[in-house]
Amino acid sequence: MTARAPHGLASFGRPAWPETLIGLGLLGLAGLVWWQTGAIASTPMYAKVGPRIFPYLTALGLGAMALAMVVQGLRGGWQPEEEREVTTDWRAVFFVVAGLFFNVALIVPLGFTAASVVMFVLVAHGFGSRAPLRDAGIALVFSLAAFFGFAKALGVNIGAGLIERLLGA
Amino acid sequence: METLAALGAGFAVALSPENLLWCLLGTSLGTAIGVLPGLGPALTIALLLPITFQVPATAAFILFAGIYYGAMYGGSTTSILLNTPGESATIVTALEGNRMARSGRAGAALATAAIGSFVAGTIGTLGITFLAPVVVDFALKFGPAEYFSLMVVAFVTVSAVLGSSPVRGLASLFFGIWLGLIGIDLQTGQARFTFGLDELLDGVNVIVVAVGLFAIGETLYVAARRHAGQDEIIPLRGSLYMTRAEWSRSWKPWLRGAAIGFPIGAMPAGGAEVPTFLSYWTEKKLSKHPEEFGTTGAIEGVAGPEAANNASAAGVLVPMLTLGLPTGATAAIMLSAFQSYGINPGPLLFQSQPALVWGLIASLYIANIMLLVLNLPLVGLWVRILRIPPPLLYAGILVFATIGTYGISNSVVDLMLLYAIGAVGFLMRRYDFPTAPVVIGMILGPLAEQEFRRAMTISNGDWGVFVTKPLSATLLALAALALAGPLLWRLSRRRRTA
Repeated sequence: MTARAPHGLASFGRPAWPETLIGLGLLGLAGLVWWQTGAIASTPMYAKVGPRIFPYLTALGLGAMALAMVVQGLRGGWQPEEEREVTTDWRAVFFVVAGLFFNVALIVPLGFTAASVVMFVLVAHGFGSRAPLRDAGIALVFSLAAFFGFAKALGVNIGAGLIERLLGA
Repeated sequence: METLAALGAGFAVALSPENLLWCLLGTSLGTAIGVLPGLGPALTIALLLPITFQVPATAAFILFAGIYYGAMYGGSTTSILLNTPGESATIVTALEGNRMARSGRAGAALATAAIGSFVAGTIGTLGITFLAPVVVDFALKFGPAEYFSLMVVAFVTVSAVLGSSPVRGLASLFFGIWLGLIGIDLQTGQARFTFGLDELLDGVNVIVVAVGLFAIGETLYVAARRHAGQDEIIPLRGSLYMTRAEWSRSWKPWLRGAAIGFPIGAMPAGGAEVPTFLSYWTEKKLSKHPEEFGTTGAIEGVAGPEAANNASAAGVLVPMLTLGLPTGATAAIMLSAFQSYGINPGPLLFQSQPALVWGLIASLYIANIMLLVLNLPLVGLWVRILRIPPPLLYAGILVFATIGTYGISNSVVDLMLLYAIGAVGFLMRRYDFPTAPVVIGMILGPLAEQEFRRAMTISNGDWGVFVTKPLSATLLALAALALAGPLLWRLSRRRRTA
């Protein structure tokens, strides 16, 4: 984690929309928790020790913090200046997200190794690597080693596909 | 005496060839992931949780403890050579350590960090050995109400006191508690928050949450901030041996760091950041060479915080083992490993599983010796790990994340849940929410609920039970003070400056 600037509400500037939105989103979650708690079956006999009481307390806690965040957001937010100034590299994020997407889409039809190679190359590209073939080679060796290593050492089955079966998994 | 006999039996367990190998594996792996920025002990232990189905409990915990201690050693290497803290607990080490490295004294900085870690880690382990039985005797008197109130203290301190903002810390905590509540309520058999998904009946797996926050969220965050600039690795120059003057400037900070770190770590508040900052501040005040602080790098500023960091890491294990109270993300995940063996950490653990507990404590002494060897003569090896290019490192982390989650269930729903938590983790990192309270809330929340309902059942639904018992009332008052104190102080200070 990064070293943090001391907390302060000194800036009463313009509303900071990202922070306000996060507060509102969390308020929505608190509402959802409250509403879903009502759906938990419980008998009046258990009113004070039943399965609803803790969820209600959690919803209240979440809601209170969310309201405090909305107020902080409208008063200018809590992000330090230097954090605001860093421009987000959306291109890099896009490639990482694409990698994750293809991983989940391909892991069932093609198996772990093939899906991992695709993800590895996309993520490495997002992080600035410009040698996709080299990355694919590294990914193939790495994920095969991980597959057989984990399958043997931890006894977990990580979804064998075409490549794994060719190698006798 | 009783303690020494128990510790002796523990060494008999820990010194078996097999357990020595687990310890070596854990310390090596721990150092490696401590060195690598982006990988931490909490994530590593979460990824290795499936091992609990394969090996005996003692072996698994010796491995996990080795990883935990090793990460503290390895993190300092990265702080000194790269100026990017490998672990959040080694932020302070980077302040002086990196300056020392820049002025050609990287070797001495690494040496004082490693030896200081050894000295303080050993003192901290001694502290566990002799403090744990005392806490156990005390904790045996706890009823459900006291336990619940103690957990409230831990909740407040880990989320509201230690972070940069009580509001965001508590929001993270409540989010974690909610995640922990998902699934079948064990006391009544009712499904809670499952939204009709069968996959959620067993609850959200802690592996999914930890990997989502610490691997997916972290990778997205680092990708998003690629413009923020890269740090260069400072080549390792200078002898690894400290001069006479450096020894004499180091040993007192080591001892002071250990004295600051262990008690703070052992309190049900935990956290390694506070003691390292305290130690840094103390050494800066006491140093005979204040001009070196912030310029060429003062060795005291490395020796003290590094010692404090390792002693507090040892301290955290005291409430974890004796009370079942995790005060850090890593300890929370170790607690879930205990649960996966059907073992409940707490005062009874010392009676029901003496071989496990004392074997684990004995292995901590051995781990410290191994880590000293791994981190001093072999430091060059770990520096090489630092040279792994970030594209390959983060792509590799995501492959491991897939193994860790898809491997446990072969469920695509789990992978999507992983990504959803990863997106939350990204937002949390980006907008300065602490992530550890999520994991702590998720593990400790259901336990707190259990104690709460037990206490309420005994009192026939009378809320007063938490304030009429003196110990419970004291603990709740402490929690309220910890929550309100900083707020009042800030208000009074603002009034003065206004």
